[in-house]
Amino acid sequence: MFDTALSWADLGFLAQGALMTLAVTAVSVVAGTVLGIVFGVIRNQAGPYWSMPLTFLLDIFRSVPLLIQLVLGNALQSIMKLGWAPFTTSCVVLSLYTAAYCTEIVRGGISSVPPTTRRAARSLGMTWWQDMRYIVAPLATRVSLPAWIGLTLGVMKDSALVLWLGLIELLRASQILVTRLQEPLFILLICGAIYFIISFPIARLGGYLERRWSND
Amino acid sequence: MFSYSFHWNQAFKALPQMLDGALVTLQVAILSMVIGLAVALALTLFRLSGNRILSGFATGWVEIARNTPALFQIYMAHFGLGNFGIHLSPYTALLVGIAFNNAGYLAENFRGALKAIPETQTRAGRSLGMTSLQAFRYIVLPQMLRVAFLPATNQMVWAILMTSLGVTVGMNTDLAGITQELNARSFRTFEFFALAAVIYYVIAKIVTLAARLAAARMFRY
Repeated sequence: MFDTALSWADLGFLAQGALMTLAVTAVSVVAGTVLGIVFGVIRNQAGPYWSMPLTFLLDIFRSVPLLIQLVLGNALQSIMKLGWAPFTTSCVVLSLYTAAYCTEIVRGGISSVPPTTRRAARSLGMTWWQDMRYIVAPLATRVSLPAWIGLTLGVMKDSALVLWLGLIELLRASQILVTRLQEPLFILLICGAIYFIISFPIARLGGYLERRWSND
Repeated sequence: MFSYSFHWNQAFKALPQMLDGALVTLQVAILSMVIGLAVALALTLFRLSGNRILSGFATGWVEIARNTPALFQIYMAHFGLGNFGIHLSPYTALLVGIAFNNAGYLAENFRGALKAIPETQTRAGRSLGMTSLQAFRYIVLPQMLRVAFLPATNQMVWAILMTSLGVTVGMNTDLAGITQELNARSFRTFEFFALAAVIYYVIAKIVTLAARLAAARMFRY
């Protein structure tokens, strides 16, 4: 059972795949979070009625399978002759996907700040921007951070789907090795262990923060 | 910018076929959810049992299900189990993978829901002469299911979306699989997948709405 054809070079190949997974995740989460904050603030400012188009649009990203979104994104970029590399397409689609979820988190965070607190800030002569920056942001971050960590991990796991566009990330790398070495269980276990090692400590941190920062 | 001419007719002609696929998608999702709920309930009981091995097993399941991609779990069921001489068809592999994932997430939901039920209620039930199983069945479980209902609905929508991953292990009867086959035959990728996206969206919305109505009906008191 323990003699395997897996060499150190193959492990390096897996590590490269893992780096690709992390790169896609990092780009998508950063871009998605920025977009999500912007959309979340807009949704909060505009109120439920005026933000309906935005709500509907973002809801689509949460109700259509990511795999279909990726295929559609790729088809659209070739229809529009943008000539994007699979990496760019994947990041764009995943960013929008992240933004859709992040908007909900940001909106929830902002609405958790009591309106009285915000009115107090405004009546102290703070501008809207100061109120957002010094009152809402710190309080909302506290509420939203655990959910945001969960989202980041979710995106990390969902980024496995970009293999459909031909990007060689962790899961695709292990699939290639499986095809070559014909040891599916062993290689997939390594792959799963890598995902687990990346995800588990951060998930625990999120759980800890949630417990630590909860209001009861 | 658009020198591409869309051929929506082809996609609409395939609509009956795709709707058949949608039924398979729904079937897989519902089955995986039923299995997932049953296993999640068992895992929750294991965790409550106080037995080291049982609760360790349950915790292991939950952490693996929640910390690895769903696609990895489906791959594991499809390729990984081959090492033990178990060769699952794409349909079964998809079902096993999603059910495994559902069970992990639902067990965690149940645990959260359990926290909302005061310990004193179990003790009150016990002191009325109920066995611990009776106390769980008649006092804790109904309340737990009530708290866990909405997260479980979300999980159902997730399960529907996850079924689309079957196409990566060669599933060709569900919505994503049929769409992919049609696409491979005609290369009208955008049209077919856009239609599939609409169908997925409608299914997800119907399920959410149905769950909301059911919740309003069931949890009136």
